[in-house]
This record gives sequence, structure tokens and C-alpha cells, in this order.
Amino acid sequence: MIWVDTIIQGILLGGLYALFASGLSLVFGIMRLVNLAHGDLIVLGAYLILLVVTVLGLSPMVALVIALPAMFALGFGLQKIVLNRVLGEDILPPLLVTFGLSVVIQNALLESFSADSRRLPTGTLGTASIQMGTISVGVLPLLTFASAVLVIIVLNQIFYRTSLGRAFRATSDDATTASLMGIKPGNIFAAATGLAMTIVTIAALYLGMRANFDPAIGPARLIYAFEAVIIGGLGSLWGTLAGGVIIGVAQTVGAAINPEWQILAGHLAFLAVLLIRPRGLFPRAVD
Amino acid sequence: MSSTNPSFDRSFSMQTRTRASSIAPIAAFFLVVILFALPFFASRSLIQDMFFILTMLVLAQFWNLLAGYGGLVSIGQQAFVGLGAYAMFGLVVLGGLDPFPAIAAGGVAALLLAVPMAYFSFKLQGAYFAIGTWVIAEVVRLLVAQWKAVGGGTGTSLPRSATGNLMFSDTIQSMLDVRAAAANDILAYWLAVILCLVTIGGIYTLLRTKLGLGLAALRDNVEAAKSVGVDAMRIKWFVFLVAALGTGLTGALIYLQKARISPDAAFSVNDWTAYVIFIVVIGGIGTIEGPIIGILVFFILQTLLADYGSWYLMTLGGLAIAVMLFAPRGLWGLVYDHTGIEIFPIRRMLVGGSQSTSD
Repeated sequence: MIWVDTIIQGILLGGLYALFASGLSLVFGIMRLVNLAHGDLIVLGAYLILLVVTVLGLSPMVALVIALPAMFALGFGLQKIVLNRVLGEDILPPLLVTFGLSVVIQNALLESFSADSRRLPTGTLGTASIQMGTISVGVLPLLTFASAVLVIIVLNQIFYRTSLGRAFRATSDDATTASLMGIKPGNIFAAATGLAMTIVTIAALYLGMRANFDPAIGPARLIYAFEAVIIGGLGSLWGTLAGGVIIGVAQTVGAAINPEWQILAGHLAFLAVLLIRPRGLFPRAVD
Repeated sequence: MSSTNPSFDRSFSMQTRTRASSIAPIAAFFLVVILFALPFFASRSLIQDMFFILTMLVLAQFWNLLAGYGGLVSIGQQAFVGLGAYAMFGLVVLGGLDPFPAIAAGGVAALLLAVPMAYFSFKLQGAYFAIGTWVIAEVVRLLVAQWKAVGGGTGTSLPRSATGNLMFSDTIQSMLDVRAAAANDILAYWLAVILCLVTIGGIYTLLRTKLGLGLAALRDNVEAAKSVGVDAMRIKWFVFLVAALGTGLTGALIYLQKARISPDAAFSVNDWTAYVIFIVVIGGIGTIEGPIIGILVFFILQTLLADYGSWYLMTLGGLAIAVMLFAPRGLWGLVYDHTGIEIFPIRRMLVGGSQSTSD
């Protein structure tokens, strides 16, 4: 019975990883850009929510009202001013710029908030749980997973049912031809990164409410997100959720055997999938 | 047409030599003499600084070979630094070997790690290759942290019995009239000088061979290069393994001098990969001169901003972003644009015929 419990915990943890990964997957899908600062932007989002909570005395959920548009604007500006300049055939400039950005964000957070661990206040939500037969499941992990599913549904709706989604797909297929049809690729890319940053903010909310965070934990979040995307297969958001679940289950099972093996087990699951199915479980995109 | 031009009858030849590269050997000779002679008149702290500069330069040259010439942007080079260092520590602490020959074992260990690492990460394209190498480096760090015999997660120190009588240490002590600790630093420094010269010389020679030409062709256009018979996969493997060997040797040498190791320090992505990337990018990626300029800028910034902690890293990161945005070929690229100087020329230039008169 303890194993069933461990696996359920793992699946729900996978929801958090899918939230980390969806933004990465979205940006890569539209402009073939891998943002190495993705994990640090999640941590930045968590600190932004913490700041709003502390200064205005709001609950973390309500603080999203301020944090979401702020992070959208940050993503839009970052793409428009910096990242659009380095997009192109050569993959080196965007990689190096976002790597530099990662180091800058980490150290700016360290300078502003110190290296102390922080946590977002959860009130009663943090300890609430639902009894399912003999197993009790935390409300917060359930909420995280439900949010991940909701985010993916909404993203798929945006992609296939709106004019913005059509512009995303057109620009992704062929930016030059799309621009002949009156689309400004630069603005589309900026909107995509802005959208990715709103998902990052939602991920940051759950990250901050579920566990302690400090300025240095960004790169590990990037790695989990990346593993979920690759396991799922590029271009498939539901695949990304499956990838997140696989990493989550591997980590909780590993931790149940030996607490020191938690992270290692996740990485090994990723390498095993890479060995058996190099293009992931549900590949859609060619590259 | 050009066939009527009498000067066209003159034979063509190919060369890579430039005016600067012709003077360079003389300057290089004096530089090498000064580098080797430095311990005879320099203070111990200068020797330590120079050791730092030279070892970081070697790491930067190998990363530049990978990313700048091979198109392989690895963020997992700390795996080779860490494993090279740990292999050296393992042999010294558990096998009782002298640290000096154990450095070679560090290089071999890194080379052995590079085989599965390349196998996995070459399955990933472009940017995903970068994060893939990072994941594997994390796996190696977590596994080494389980190795209780060398201290597990907290690490260990080289035993006094090993650091107390290093090979050649007695000779250096009597020759330069210094204590054992300073003699160890000098020995490590001389090894770093040799490693650095062999690395720069080796990479320069490599780039001038047929293999180097294939590498440049791949960097410029993969499909076109393949169509004229360049074996992309073979070259990638070769570059990755060479860089792993060199990085592993450097890691072992760095930790011989430090004499204390822990998984978090030896596999630090900041210390062994982020710094190295910034050095190469700021100096100028894809040139041998670039990392040399980069390490000087890096060292000056570090000296100036040493007391400001995180501001130092923010400055480096910001500078690297600015360089990528406004001068993608780095500081050396700017120097080259204004002066045309090439110290390590690898471009093949056609001379003779009517072309040479326009120079």
C-alpha cells in the first residue's frame, strides 16, 4: 500500500514538472529557442509573488493578479529587446545569451534576497488532505496537477482555436511567409515568450507553496523541465505532462528506496528513455 | 578575360601564414622562456595566480574547440574536471600512488566517461545537446557523492604523506631554496605551463590539418560538408574525446594544487563551465587568440571585483550577453577588424597569380 501512495505522490509531483516544462516546450515549439534561464525565471517568479505577498499582505493566489501581467510584460520585453536579436540559424548566440541571463538572474536574486530559503505562506491549504480509502492525498499537490492539466488544455485551445494560435503555428512553420500575410514575427515571438512567462508564474506559485526555494535552485528546475520535454517528445504538450509524471514517479520511488537517490533516479529514468526512444514517447515535431 | 592577364601564368600556392604569425614564433619563444623561469624570481602568490590563469586558459581552449570549432555547445565539462580530479584522488588516497602520475589517470578516467556521455548526448540536437551534457554531469556528480571511500558528499583531502613528498619536489626545494608547500605549487605551475603550451600548440596544429579543415567546413555548413565527404560523426566524436581528455587532465592538476576536494566544488557548473564559457565568449569564440584575451579580462575583473561577490558574476554574465548582442566575435574579433592581426592563422589563403599584387 505504501507503494501505491509513493506512486500517487510521484504522479502529482509530475504535474509540477509539467508546469515547469510547458513554457519551455511552448517557446521551443514556436521559435526553436531553448531558454537556459527558464529555471531561474521560475525562481524569479516565486520571489516576485513573495514580494507582492509581503508588501501588500495578499495571499499567494491573489498575488497572481499582479504577478501574472508583470511576468508577461517581462517575457514580452525580454524577447522583443534581447532574444529576437539572436534568433537565427546559429544556435550558439541564443544559448550563450540565455546562459548569461541565468547567471545574472541568480546573482541579482542573491544580492536582493540573500541566500536564505524562503517559502510562500499557504495557510490551511498546505496541510489539507483528502482521504481516498486508505490513502490520503494532499490538496495542494492535487491542485498543482489539476493546474497543469488546465494549462495544457488552455494552451491547446489557444494553439488550435484562436487567431493568435494560428499566427504561432504559421510563424513556427515559416516566419518569412507568415510575415507576407501581415504577421510580425518579432511580436509573435514576444507574445509567445510572454505567454510562457505566465505559465512560469503559475509554476512558481506552486513551487513556492510546496517547498522552500532559494536563488540557486533554478538550474535544477530547468533540468527537470528539459527532461520532461524530451521524454514526452518535442512538440507534444500532453507528452510533456507524461514526461513530467515519469520524472516525478522515478524521483519518489527512488527517494522511497534511499533518500539520497531521489534526484539521481529521475535522471536515470530520463537516460533510459533516451536510450530506448531517442525522440521521446510521443514525438510530433521533426527536430 | 583573366587568361590574357600575363600575371595569371604565375603559379598559385596556398598558405595560412600572416605577417603577425611570422613574428609570433620569436615573441612566443621569449614568452615561453619567461613562463618557465618565473618561479626563480616571482612570489608564491604570483605563481598561484599564474597557475589559475593557465589552467582556466586550458579549459577555455578545449571548450572553444568543442563549441567554437566543433559546434558542440557542452554545459557538462565540469563532469570531466570533477571525474579527472576524483580519479586522481582515488588512486592517491586508496592506491597510495604518487599524485604526479595519478594526474594521467585523471585524463584517462575523463576519456572513459566521454564515451557513454557522447553516446547519449549525440542523440540530442543543438540546444538540447547542451542540457543533455549538463544532465549527465549531474548524474556523475550524484554518483561520485555516493563514493564513501573518498568522503562521499563532504569530500576529502590529499593525505600529508602524499603531498609531503611529491615526485621532483625535493629537487625543486633544493634548487629554488623553498619549502615543500611552495615547491608543490611550483611543480603544479610548471605542469600547467606544459599543459597549456601543448594544448594551444596541439589545437593549432589540429586545425591546420585535413581534420581541422573538415571541422571548419562542418561549422560553416553541415550539409555541404557532408556532400564533399566530411565524416561529421567521426569528427564530432574525435573532438569530444580530445576535449574530455584535456579537461580531465586539467581537473586532476587543479585538484593536485588545491589538495582538497568535494563533489559540489569539483563538479561545479559555475566554476568549470560558466566561467569558461564567459572567458571564451568575451574573448572571441572560434579563435585561438580569443580565450587568451578572455582569460586576461576575466582575471582583471576578478581582481577588481573580488570584494563584491555576486556583483562580479552579474558583471561577467552581463558582459557576455552584451558581447553576444553587439560583438558576437568577441574582443579579439574587434581587434582583428581594426588591425587584421592573426597570431594563429588557420584560414587557407590563395597567394600568387594576380591576386597577390593587390596586397
